[in-house]
Amino acid sequence: MTQPANSRPMISLQSVSKRFGNFAAVDSATFDIAPGEFFSLLGPSGCGKTTLLRMIGGFERQSEGDILIDGEPMGIRPPNQRPTNMVFQSYAIFPHLDIAENIAYGLVNRGFDKATISKKVAQALEMVRLGGLGNRRTNQISGGQRQRVALARAIVCEPKVLLLDEPLGALDKKLREEMQIELRQLQKSLGITFIFVTHDQEEALSLSDRIAVMARGQVLQIDTATALYERPNCREVAGFIGNMNFFEGRISSVANGVAAIEIGPGQHVRVAASGSSAPGQVAILAIRPEKIDAAATMPQGNGSISANVIKARALAGSYLGDRSLILAEWREGTAPVSVSLQNRKAQIGAETFAAEAPIWLTWPVEAGVLLNN
Amino acid sequence: METLRKHCTLLSLFAVLYLAFLYVPVLLLPLFSFNDNIYVTLPLKGFTLKWYENLLANSSLQAAIWASIKVGVGVASISTVLGLMAARAMTRYRLPFRRSIYALIMLPLVIPYMVIGVSSLVILRRALDVDLSLWTVGLSHVLITVPLSMLVLMARMEGFDRSLEEASRDLGDSAWTSFRRVTLPLVMPGIVSSLLLCFITSFDEYLLAFFLAGSETTLPIFIFGSLRFPAKIPDVLALGSLILMVSIVLVVFAEWLRRRGVAGSDSSVI
Amino acid sequence: MTLQAAPTTTAASLQTARPEWLDGLWLIVPTLLIVVGMMVAPLAGIVLVSFWSQTGFDIQRDWNLDNYRILFTAEGALYRILILKSLWMSLTATIAVVLLAYPMAYFMAFRIERAKLIWIILLTVPFWTSYLLRIFAWKVILGFNGVINSGLKFIGVIDKPLEFLLYNPASVTITLAHAWAAYAVLPIYVSLEKIDRSYLEAATDLGDSKWKRFWRITFPLSLPGTIAATLLVFIPTVGDYITPTLVGGTSGIMIGNSIVTQFGKANNAPLGAALSCVMMLAITLAVCAFLAVIGRKRLKAADI
Repeated sequence: MTQPANSRPMISLQSVSKRFGNFAAVDSATFDIAPGEFFSLLGPSGCGKTTLLRMIGGFERQSEGDILIDGEPMGIRPPNQRPTNMVFQSYAIFPHLDIAENIAYGLVNRGFDKATISKKVAQALEMVRLGGLGNRRTNQISGGQRQRVALARAIVCEPKVLLLDEPLGALDKKLREEMQIELRQLQKSLGITFIFVTHDQEEALSLSDRIAVMARGQVLQIDTATALYERPNCREVAGFIGNMNFFEGRISSVANGVAAIEIGPGQHVRVAASGSSAPGQVAILAIRPEKIDAAATMPQGNGSISANVIKARALAGSYLGDRSLILAEWREGTAPVSVSLQNRKAQIGAETFAAEAPIWLTWPVEAGVLLNN
Repeated sequence: METLRKHCTLLSLFAVLYLAFLYVPVLLLPLFSFNDNIYVTLPLKGFTLKWYENLLANSSLQAAIWASIKVGVGVASISTVLGLMAARAMTRYRLPFRRSIYALIMLPLVIPYMVIGVSSLVILRRALDVDLSLWTVGLSHVLITVPLSMLVLMARMEGFDRSLEEASRDLGDSAWTSFRRVTLPLVMPGIVSSLLLCFITSFDEYLLAFFLAGSETTLPIFIFGSLRFPAKIPDVLALGSLILMVSIVLVVFAEWLRRRGVAGSDSSVI
Repeated sequence: MTLQAAPTTTAASLQTARPEWLDGLWLIVPTLLIVVGMMVAPLAGIVLVSFWSQTGFDIQRDWNLDNYRILFTAEGALYRILILKSLWMSLTATIAVVLLAYPMAYFMAFRIERAKLIWIILLTVPFWTSYLLRIFAWKVILGFNGVINSGLKFIGVIDKPLEFLLYNPASVTITLAHAWAAYAVLPIYVSLEKIDRSYLEAATDLGDSKWKRFWRITFPLSLPGTIAATLLVFIPTVGDYITPTLVGGTSGIMIGNSIVTQFGKANNAPLGAALSCVMMLAITLAVCAFLAVIGRKRLKAADI
């Protein structure tokens, strides 16, 4: 995994598990997070990402393993003795206190005098662009403002790690996009390690330095956004992030670092082989819709080494403005292949391919990804 | 539309009659408490305050009131503290046998006081040889008010976002500070309701007191005793009217407190 | 290096750490102690005592079934009748309470838009007076020289007081129905209030008339509150002592009076204990029967 070299990790998870009876909400998570990293936990609901975050914060006790923060093992330390602060999904703004009192909440525990507290509160309010609203009651501010209060309240405590539990989930789309930018800028300027839980893949891809994709309590892959998208390590990650076509088959030969997979009788596709690829293995070729080219006539140079060609039957097409999406069936009974075509020229895309008409799908060998099952 | 309106007015009429059914018997007490007649009978004879004056002179009544207040305040405080702890345990921890524990604590609400009374009497007198006193009354009142307190406070605790407490822990509070700075202010209206409910339940309870008070006299015991003597009935009416008045003031006060609490936390601009 | 060592040390601390629910247990233990000490132990005690017997002033502590033999043979016919009568009186009072409370709760839940709280307060204020005095008020109303009799005499409708008003099972039932009203209205109100109004709109949309909608949607959904109300009124009133004593007279006596007598004047605690046990058993059976009937009806309704 890409790991910034020669620096102690800010967070180190060492086979951390959380079990409820036989059910593992988090199963033996082991990975490091570097200082100053914007790290996301991404996965569908119930995948264990929030449980993992809450264990780091000390709200859930791990069943096994330990979490090290800045080299210190946390064990079962309560949240108030950890160098972390959390932005809650519901924001958890105290309703019986005003905005300034909310932000000052953690500072009181750190023993600052009143003047320092009010100075820090004012600074924090400025930082999240809520200057002058300190005396407002919590029910007098909007959802976006509540989100900022929650953020300011946590940051003002100067944590080593900021934990964010789907902090943007309750906001509408436009506000969410604004807050994403602000969040990223804030993180850059403060240099604090952020651990960000989300089920929104776009959000995770656009914000994070690295992303851990989780499912069923397992960490499937930890990588940068590009690597996750371009080189998913399993079918689940490939399917969860963006759209992906899968061709299942058996490796028939491996030569010059290229594996040929027999996906149907006499039908082969080629893909860059992995180190362990060997003939006879069950394998999956994964290819993104936008990496496939479609043509209504047999492309020239068919059968060249550098491209895969599959003849299929167009099922349906939809025009999406900037691109067109085409569904094509290459063999009865298999999932249709989806192809995304940029509408660079007029008259391309959906209309070009009449339903039931033959369609040739081509893609370069290096565009596909070989997944072991 | 027309049937709807008819339906609506019929129901409203019923509601008014129902309230009248609830109120008329109760309001007879103050009415006759000012009536200058030793017999509770129509027609009314004339206005008097002498039944109220009698109360002032009645030292055994005052002793009974004092006893009931002592028991009531004690019971309300103990039950509310226990109820607060129990409600917290119920709402914040994964207790084993949670449902059974809950059912056990609620059980006193569905057992006739008669049974609780005689069985406590048997165990306290025959098995433990405890002297009956206001303490034994108080203990049995705690038994029957703890479930009320727990119910009220559980509703309140379930009513607010659990992450508020987590946030305060996250911001550096210890378990106790978090309870004091966040939980307590947020459940305060529930605590007031619980105190009031427990106090009134204890203050009004006759049967358990009858079995367990020994030679002591609480207010309901005093009233029940007085009802057998026709001559004392006007005094009792005056007393009942006073209790009613104090109760209403208390309820309104509690409601006002609750509303103020609400306004202070999560209601509108004003 | 230190990173390698860390997990083993904390793994040990994890094992020695108390499980989280233990903290919760400490919070609830005092309450459980009260419940066990003041209810479970006494109930066990009274079951035990019911198997003893009384001769003169002494209690025979040898296990025997004398009390139950008395209660279930010809000797105890009176007690059995009394228990059945108490159940019957409570049942009629409960039915009256619930039947009257339901429309009121319905009115509060569906007809009152604002100021619901005021109605709740209005409803509960009469219940802040002493229970004793609420019962006594009915004696004042129904008594020989009471409000009704003296009022009617005053306006000349009757010249002799009506004696049938007080001291009979009916007066007990009326009084109980009044005294327990709020206990029934509030639970029913809560379950009606909880009903999502879109269910009702959906039912109308699917062609239900108002009445049909009530029986197919509103009433079934309010059953939890209605059942709670029924039990909350029925169970305590079976063992009531104050009401029959004050307004029941000799014909309106209930099982509670008999139990008090056994522990008091009759000085036969074992028999009183046995009576208590039989009463509880009777209540339990009645409640189970009630729930079984309701349960079967609900199942039937679900099948349609």
